[in-house]
Amino acid sequence: MAIRRRSVRPQADAVDGTGRSPSARPAVPATVTSRQWALPSDVHEIEPVVREIVSLCRSAGFSDRQCGLNVPVAVTEALANAMLRGNRGEPGARVGLTVDISAAGLVVEVADQGAGFDLNAVEQSTAEADWFEREDGRGVFLMRALMDRVENACADGGAGHRLRLVLHRP
Amino acid sequence: MSFALERTDDLLSVTVDEQLVVSNRHEFKQAILDAVEQGARLVLVDFANAGYIDSSGLGALVSLSRRLREVGGDLRLIGLNDDLRALFELTRLDALFPLYATRADALAGR
Repeated sequence: MAIRRRSVRPQADAVDGTGRSPSARPAVPATVTSRQWALPSDVHEIEPVVREIVSLCRSAGFSDRQCGLNVPVAVTEALANAMLRGNRGEPGARVGLTVDISAAGLVVEVADQGAGFDLNAVEQSTAEADWFEREDGRGVFLMRALMDRVENACADGGAGHRLRLVLHRP
Repeated sequence: MSFALERTDDLLSVTVDEQLVVSNRHEFKQAILDAVEQGARLVLVDFANAGYIDSSGLGALVSLSRRLREVGGDLRLIGLNDDLRALFELTRLDALFPLYATRADALAGR
């Protein structure tokens, strides 16, 4: 799916919305910020948190494209997937969210209380016959297209499911 | 309300003021479906003041487009910024929806 990389990955030498070249940006400390949330499985909880994450990214020097498209859409997909599929929309089931911003980039981890799924078994592609007809089934495609890396990260062996999104700095 | 509807005969103009996402997609879709049931056939959705769209929002647009085609109508999108255009190109849904810069462009030669 080369199209996803060509279309949305920030250009390494692009000038950002501030008019500064990347080399003119102030030095970024190794860890800029780290935040955690525990959310009920209510999709109305998503937007305020996404807004906060985008604000953190903007302050940390991520590009306009990353802050306007990559981050909000991919994080919304991960949270909605955890709430609606992982936790099956049960309001009492929680979704854990961790955001780390460092010199390397953004790492988002989303954990639900569901049984988990094999991310590698999910193949969503614009080449599918019903791509232009179906209503659902584009979330994993978007996360993969908008992030540099998307992976299962359920290393603790316990119940639940953890998804990790990684986005490099421009 | 994150969107507004204005109906004139068979033309329905929809202005999206915020995000079109999982939390408002059902309300958005149902409001337009209701208008289509009442006779709207050309639906213009204006994103000039909108934020981002997630897969749920895209899905609602795909579903509405299908419904409008079934009744001989059309769904046209207006005022997408560069980020939203990139999203439609990325998903190849720009092949499904005519994308117009302005309302006048979308109405030309209807």
